[in-house]
Amino acid sequence: MTELFAPGTFTPAPGRGRLGRMLLAQAGTETRLALRNGEQVLLTLLIPVVLLVGLSVLRVVPLPEPRVNSVVPSVLALAVMSTAFTSQAIALGFDRRYGVIRRLAATALPRWLLVAGRLAAVLAVVVVQLVVLGVVAALLGWRPDAAGVGWALLMLLLGCAAFGALGILLGGTLRAEIVLAVGNLVWFVLLLGGGIVIPLDQLPSGVAAVAAALPSGALAEGLRAPLVAGTAPGIGPVLVLVAWAVVAGGVAVKAVRLR
Amino acid sequence: MSVRGLVKRFGATTAVAGLDLTLRRGTVLALLGPNGAGKTTTIEVCTGFQRADEGEVRVLGLDPAGAPDALRARIGIMPQGGGAYPGVKAGEMLRLVAACAANPLDPAWLIDVLGLTGATRTPYKRLSGGQQQRLALACAVVGRPEVVVLDEPTAGLDPQARRVVWELVSALRRDGVGVLLTTHLMEEAEALADEVVIVDHGRVVAAGSPTELTAGGDEQELRFRARTGMDVEALTAALPAGYRAAETVAGRYVVRGRIDPHVLSAITGWCAGQGALADDVQVARRSLEDVFLDLTGRELRS
Repeated sequence: MTELFAPGTFTPAPGRGRLGRMLLAQAGTETRLALRNGEQVLLTLLIPVVLLVGLSVLRVVPLPEPRVNSVVPSVLALAVMSTAFTSQAIALGFDRRYGVIRRLAATALPRWLLVAGRLAAVLAVVVVQLVVLGVVAALLGWRPDAAGVGWALLMLLLGCAAFGALGILLGGTLRAEIVLAVGNLVWFVLLLGGGIVIPLDQLPSGVAAVAAALPSGALAEGLRAPLVAGTAPGIGPVLVLVAWAVVAGGVAVKAVRLR
Repeated sequence: MSVRGLVKRFGATTAVAGLDLTLRRGTVLALLGPNGAGKTTTIEVCTGFQRADEGEVRVLGLDPAGAPDALRARIGIMPQGGGAYPGVKAGEMLRLVAACAANPLDPAWLIDVLGLTGATRTPYKRLSGGQQQRLALACAVVGRPEVVVLDEPTAGLDPQARRVVWELVSALRRDGVGVLLTTHLMEEAEALADEVVIVDHGRVVAAGSPTELTAGGDEQELRFRARTGMDVEALTAALPAGYRAAETVAGRYVVRGRIDPHVLSAITGWCAGQGALADDVQVARRSLEDVFLDLTGRELRS
């Protein structure tokens, strides 16, 4: 009865794959999935590029000249929020719905690597965003202060940690449709009122105080100092991002469900 | 795999209430039971997705809840309904699962024998239920595990695809892999399993080889089709004492008792007297399905 499968085909030879290979396979798959999903590309690349060009060329928000220098920190903060928070939460919500987290947990992939793979995929998409947005900004005349680049990268990493932890918390606990709605709503509110498009100093003072304590405001402010002035970011934004990452990460560890 | 006195509760409900199982290498054990009998919970405990409230579970010498990562490197699991990224292509998913194993089978070959070659460019969420199911099966065996655990491997498959799955399970058994599977299909349990364990309300209600389970005395039955609504009381009365006739579904009749040529002739003769032709006449031994229904009741459960 078994002509399809020659004797010995399934003779057991179990064992865990190499860690590096597993990480690469998972992060690679998730990165490809993120980059070929139309809605995610709209959110992570198209909208940031449109805003970068639009805010630099059109004078809708009063900004010092050259406008592009002030726009880049905003757009990079938006890019991180889009990928690490909204896009990641939505993907996780639907991945849970389709049982993939459980499927991967059922393989030899250790738990910590499952999380590491997701974060690596987020970082890979952020790198793609930085390259695309950096090139577009350069074409618009952006010349970053070399002294600030290291600080900016640090802030971007902290932003990924804070927004990534929040994204995992949202996508890992609620139903996929609710994640979709909440993820997009929060993105929109933080974009306009969270210190991203409109810098904190141009927001009404009450709103600005709240926005400064949000990861969006902290990341955008923390990027403005190094990228516009070439100086170190203040300690405030750093602490805000670290606090969000630690608190959201801690709650996520307890609350996230496989399905 | 050895399970002794497994108890698992969810709040006030007891999903598994003292269950024992033993699975040896190179054998197939089928867990059979109605919905909500505790089959999936048992499997989840054996694979470390749930922790047992009481009892002892050992798989390949390991405690599944205590060492899930070490265990999962040696076993292959097919969760109920499978699982994959909604946008992933079948080949991509299987390659990812294969990358988690030290000596995997060739994913492209497995995709081909399971009849998924035509679907390699289709995202998972657009695959048919049967295609998703076959991909899930491929994911369970690609790592060349010592034990394979399959939760309803043939649910929703067409007969051809089911045959392929049966061949695969037989090949796993032949090559020395222990297979634990759950199923609703008696035919499947009869065809594949060395041992069938019938569970209901979280307990084992019967266990043994399919032959042992269906041996139950010399109970036989004769099944036939005829027009609906014939008087089964009158038929019972027309037969020798000890025979019982019943209409199981409209137009389908069964007579239980020892079927000999005289009884067969009496039944067809009685039908002729009613102006009815007894069609599709079959003499059958007690099937696993009868055993199952006798043990777990014939009512539909919500």
